[in-house]
Amino acid sequence: MQFDAHIPAGPLTDKWDLHRFELKLVSPANKRKFEIIVVGTGLAGASASASLAELGYYVKTFCIQDSPRRAHSIAAQGGINAAKNYTNEGDSIWRLFYDTIKGGDYRSREANVYRLAQLSNNIIDQCVAQGVPFARDYGGLLANRSFGGSQVSRTFYARGQTGQQLLLGAYSALMRQVGAGMVTLMPRREMMDLVLINGQARGIVTRNLINGELESHAADAVVLCTGGYGNVYYLSTNAESSNVGAGFRAYRQGAMFANPCFTQIHPTCIPHTGDHQSKLTLMSESLRNDGRVWVPHNSGDIRDPQDIPEEDRDYYLEQKYPSFGNLVPRDVASRAAKAQCDSGKGVGLTRCAVYLDFADAIRRDGRETIAKKYGNLFDMYELISDDSPYEKPMMIYPASHYTMGGLWVDYNLMSTIPGLFVLGEANFSDHGANRLGASALMQGLADGYFIVPYTIGGYFAGTTLSPASSDHAAFKDSTLAARERINRLKSINGKRTVDNFARELGRVMWDYCGMSRDEQGLARALTLIQELRAEFWENVLVPGLDKDYNKSLEKAGRLADSLDFAEIMIYDALNRSESCGGHFRQESQTEEGEAKRDDENFSHVSIWEFTGSDQEPKMHKEPLEFENVELSQRSYK
Amino acid sequence: MKKLPKTINLTLKVWRQQQSEKKGHFENIATQNIAVHMSFIEMLDSVNEQLTLEGKDPIAFDNDCREGICGTCGAVVDGRAHGPQKATTLCQLHMRQFSDGDTIVVEPFRARAFKVVKDLVVDRSSLDKIMAAGGYISANTGGAPDGNAIPIAQEIAEKAMDAAACIGCGACVAACPSASAMLFVSGKVSQLALLPQGRPEAARRALNMVKTMDTCGFGNCSNHRECENACPKELSIINIARLNREYLKASFFSDAT
Repeated sequence: MQFDAHIPAGPLTDKWDLHRFELKLVSPANKRKFEIIVVGTGLAGASASASLAELGYYVKTFCIQDSPRRAHSIAAQGGINAAKNYTNEGDSIWRLFYDTIKGGDYRSREANVYRLAQLSNNIIDQCVAQGVPFARDYGGLLANRSFGGSQVSRTFYARGQTGQQLLLGAYSALMRQVGAGMVTLMPRREMMDLVLINGQARGIVTRNLINGELESHAADAVVLCTGGYGNVYYLSTNAESSNVGAGFRAYRQGAMFANPCFTQIHPTCIPHTGDHQSKLTLMSESLRNDGRVWVPHNSGDIRDPQDIPEEDRDYYLEQKYPSFGNLVPRDVASRAAKAQCDSGKGVGLTRCAVYLDFADAIRRDGRETIAKKYGNLFDMYELISDDSPYEKPMMIYPASHYTMGGLWVDYNLMSTIPGLFVLGEANFSDHGANRLGASALMQGLADGYFIVPYTIGGYFAGTTLSPASSDHAAFKDSTLAARERINRLKSINGKRTVDNFARELGRVMWDYCGMSRDEQGLARALTLIQELRAEFWENVLVPGLDKDYNKSLEKAGRLADSLDFAEIMIYDALNRSESCGGHFRQESQTEEGEAKRDDENFSHVSIWEFTGSDQEPKMHKEPLEFENVELSQRSYK
Repeated sequence: MKKLPKTINLTLKVWRQQQSEKKGHFENIATQNIAVHMSFIEMLDSVNEQLTLEGKDPIAFDNDCREGICGTCGAVVDGRAHGPQKATTLCQLHMRQFSDGDTIVVEPFRARAFKVVKDLVVDRSSLDKIMAAGGYISANTGGAPDGNAIPIAQEIAEKAMDAAACIGCGACVAACPSASAMLFVSGKVSQLALLPQGRPEAARRALNMVKTMDTCGFGNCSNHRECENACPKELSIINIARLNREYLKASFFSDAT
């Protein structure tokens, strides 16, 4: 298998321009002859659907929720980066490119990341034109803030609801095309399989989540915008329905999966309180601008935090990283919190939390100033935990938040299956081994608004597509396989609920493939997952009917995929014996206990190929070449 | 030593309605040891776990983000959309708001335009239809001027943001005696009418969104202000006043249809 990423020749700064010129065009009159399926309606899916329909393609858009507006991009809080340099601090496309590639610990492609930085500016313009109510200063111009330890203020925001407002902007553009008859909307549908004809992606089989019917949809290309796989950990900041299913189904059909072990654990989430917990809620990392992180000096110190005097407190981030202090990047902060809790100094009910204390900030700036900055977050915290951060330090703990790995795509965002494009968090392309704050929204919208509308045209213009309808035998085979799988799940009639299995898988992944990993633990996880999967297929209990609204059945199918997918994550984590970004291998650390990269042996994308059920997947490599940046060890001391 | 989380025992009087059935009914379900730290949705999870193990059909309910922003969840709890706590979605309502021994009545959002799908699940696709009728600014990808080309006064931008905070959950419809979607429609109409980018289509937008609201079977505003009270994002009815102004202006002084 050749891994040609189709990176255009020429200087970095000109690659995208040259490539757009070289891409063949589909004439306006011919565009209406093509039909495109888009799966998912988050930032990537909604923006792609709208932009493709505006060009004249017929689009069929699917979402798992009851409305496209509910996709989980809606929950992003902080903001979206752009290299506008409105603040005159010396920001530039080059600087945003450099920060992103360094932040990703040099495990992403230069050409992709540079294009992302270029397009960041167009995104802001487009969103403003749609009526996204970004924050503005008194003169009426757009406001910026610094975010995620960035040294320039380049983050655009709409209060603490940036993701919501950007998604509603893309959703409104999508609904405009629905009204115009260019997009057919298919809500409450789950993708059960990708259908290939002559080796090309030509459609999908879906399950209607209201009546359980299996439906076949044919098209000329399929665009997956189905998000990440963070829910493999069960407890995560993802939504209930976020799942790896669509990506995993495509993988089984031959689309290869890149860097599955690259996951991001976000340091500031509300800790869990017991087994009933179904999700973890993110508290924006902007809180670390003013909050001080600490634990008691002595393990087993169970006094209330107010009763613990200064000399008995360990402000471990400030101690260990004097120059960045509480603002170290996400992966570093997460690992440090884990280390404290592992050594018995954790606080709270489960001893799995650290304090984030605003007492000093309130003393310094006054309660009113702090309330203005973080009021909505403090209220949210109080609603969930019943404690006021004005009176008592917050308790926080890391949680699974984002996955940098995803289906492998080339520069055109096309997977290893011709005609299958993958956008947003579902692909692997831009964030390397660690994603910086305020850049997920940027990537989703860049892919959907400004990349796939060009590259899909290049695909159509350069490809011969035979006529294909949903009557084709390939659709019948996929439907049959999906039906058999559902029947099998229904017929087991065992003793354990789906959630019960999901929690156990989550625990295994969190313990052995979470914030820190080692060979022994990963090998153990592999055995545990295989045992759990065997038990699942013998002992799961799925109530209710198949031809009905049935959440348990939906969740059972997704968990079955997760149980298979978890294994690929483990293989990838085992194989990558270096540490980089969010992937921390115990065996590869500096003398000070920081992540130690091995550029000589691991400067590549790891790409996994499906070889059959219950078979070990096969690994391929795409070497990463750096011509414009110099690789350096990250240091935040 | 930290004290263990408190638990309570409850009776749920919950609406059950099969898709095939025309009529639904209330069912009483006793549930024990509900931790007060649970959200209402997690309480339903735990009841469903119990029902599943007893061989019964779990309660169907919609939910997704579980952090109060996606607008998927919602039920009428003890007569109030999203339950007793102000400015809170069902997924952010925590069981500490209830007392040991309580009977809690749980029903779906009821409105002519929201058909019950199953138990607590309703079909809110009519809200998407209203959006497709005009809840947008026609700005094709690619042609936008620089983001700072049109300055917008901060107070106007803030008002637009207030109106844009709607999560489309439909609680306003469930709370309204006339099952009107006026607060929902007015949020989008206000947001876009306040911004200069939205002015060119303001008249057509107001007319078409209201017309579609009517044809979907929503009622008209009856000034009870129940919507504002139930809204988890505290959208103000000042937006309805703005919608009325836009609608009247469009009806009398514009050529838009």
